[in-house]
Amino acid sequence: MTTTVSAAAMATDPSAGGAGAGRGAAGRSVARSVLPPVVLGVAFLLVWQLAVVAFDIKPYLLPSPTDIVGQIVIVFPLLWSSLLATGLNALIGLVLGGVLAVVLALLASRVTIFDRMIVPIVAAVAVVPIVALAPILNTMFGSTSDTPRRVVVLIVVFAPIFINTLRGLRQVRPVHRDLMRAYAASNWQLTRTVTLPGAVPFIFTGLRIAAPLGVISAIVAEYFGGLQNGLGSRITSAAANSAYPRAWAYVFGAIILGLVFYGVTLLLERLASRRRA
Amino acid sequence: MTDTARTTTPAPSEVLPAISVRAAGKIFTVAKGAEVQALTGIDLTVAPGEFVSLIGPSGCGKSTLLRLIADLDSATSGEILVFGKTARQARLDQEYGIAFQSAGLLPWRSVQANIELPLELHGVGKAERAARAEELIELVGLTDFRSRFPDQLSGGMQQRVAIARSLAERPKLLLMDEPFGALDEMTRERMQQELVRICSETGAAVVFVTHSIPEAVFLSDRVVVMSPRPGRIVDIVSVDLGAGTSRSDSLRENPAFFAGVTAVREALHGSPVAPLGADLR
Repeated sequence: MTTTVSAAAMATDPSAGGAGAGRGAAGRSVARSVLPPVVLGVAFLLVWQLAVVAFDIKPYLLPSPTDIVGQIVIVFPLLWSSLLATGLNALIGLVLGGVLAVVLALLASRVTIFDRMIVPIVAAVAVVPIVALAPILNTMFGSTSDTPRRVVVLIVVFAPIFINTLRGLRQVRPVHRDLMRAYAASNWQLTRTVTLPGAVPFIFTGLRIAAPLGVISAIVAEYFGGLQNGLGSRITSAAANSAYPRAWAYVFGAIILGLVFYGVTLLLERLASRRRA
Repeated sequence: MTDTARTTTPAPSEVLPAISVRAAGKIFTVAKGAEVQALTGIDLTVAPGEFVSLIGPSGCGKSTLLRLIADLDSATSGEILVFGKTARQARLDQEYGIAFQSAGLLPWRSVQANIELPLELHGVGKAERAARAEELIELVGLTDFRSRFPDQLSGGMQQRVAIARSLAERPKLLLMDEPFGALDEMTRERMQQELVRICSETGAAVVFVTHSIPEAVFLSDRVVVMSPRPGRIVDIVSVDLGAGTSRSDSLRENPAFFAGVTAVREALHGSPVAPLGADLR
């Protein structure tokens, strides 16, 4: 009897409403956020095309967008397979680097000595020049292997994900710590139910920085010999053969690949944070 | 006015007290080795089912005392027993439920999942958890909100969830550290009334930290008045307002309630004060 009374009282609680009112607005906000960059992009391409035609700019300086589109159509099968090859290297490096970064960040947040040992090493890893590393790894793993590229991606994505995750793992609110102590929860339970879920937004921040970086380094790593199956190799060989519109077509593929990686991480982040309302 | 009511009279040999604190003290070591005496010479016994409030100005150690009982901090001297066990053992055996000033809900868990948290941590099966959460959600009047997330709830509703969570394992002792401290006055009075009802329904002993005199008087069987520097108990005021179930809003206008408020105020100020103070809330 008393509960029905209090439930009725709850209904008048001031901040109770307003949770389901965001559907239509979401559609409008997507339009608002997508439309302006598309308009800008189209305008930019138009100016580019007009400039090339009007000033008679030579293709080796700057090919026109229509030339590049023509090349994209011609080389599309090759562009697609190169995109997949580079994308797979970036994905594998990103996933392995991400998992490694989160696991080591967990360890560092729990074990003080390990924390002191790893932080300087991460700083060192963060400044490793991939330009210097790629040729060495090519020799190490042999030039018919995709492994050197994946290792390069792994090294590049590791630091941003590690640093962000570790920061997130250290954000535990004192009241949650007290609560878990009152529940006599084990360390692992604290990590699983409080620390790690609390760090998820931070992990995604790291991932969002790391994903495009991973794609860029997968492409750059291909400039240093080895297998000729990816976007980076195609860009260098097209440029070496003075096929400038073709080189630009592959550059376009590289941009698309980077955007896909960025978009997917953004989408995953949205999915993960939707539950927090 | 001190310590005469039924609550302290039962023979100690028959009934094991919910809490027994003997000569407890707590010293915090702060920067550069300096020491702060947070609590000294605390003696307090809480009977099973008794509602005891700790009241006093900031820095009087009331929250510290609660944390010692909860074994969130450990006493530097003296003895603290909870149902006859050391505070640590009582915590490990989950003898108490606890609620803090901030609700401390996990923002990524729904109302129901938050209430189920302690059960989940202690290995209670899924079906049983859901059934218990259902009961508690009904008890605190949040039936329509079980799948909402904490930031979709008002402060009062969040605190209800926290109270439901503290009751999840049917503890015989509830420790509450200013759970209504951040709520507005209207919500606060409604929550007090519900707390009094819930506690008398569950029969749990309660230690309730507050800095509101009317809140302490309205809720409690006894009000422990504390004083700072060093934190100590200066007086224990027995309030005889009847069983929790019979305490309703009209009690707030009852002469016995005012008498209790006056008694606690006098104990806090150390001397008789004007009966109609402006800080009566």
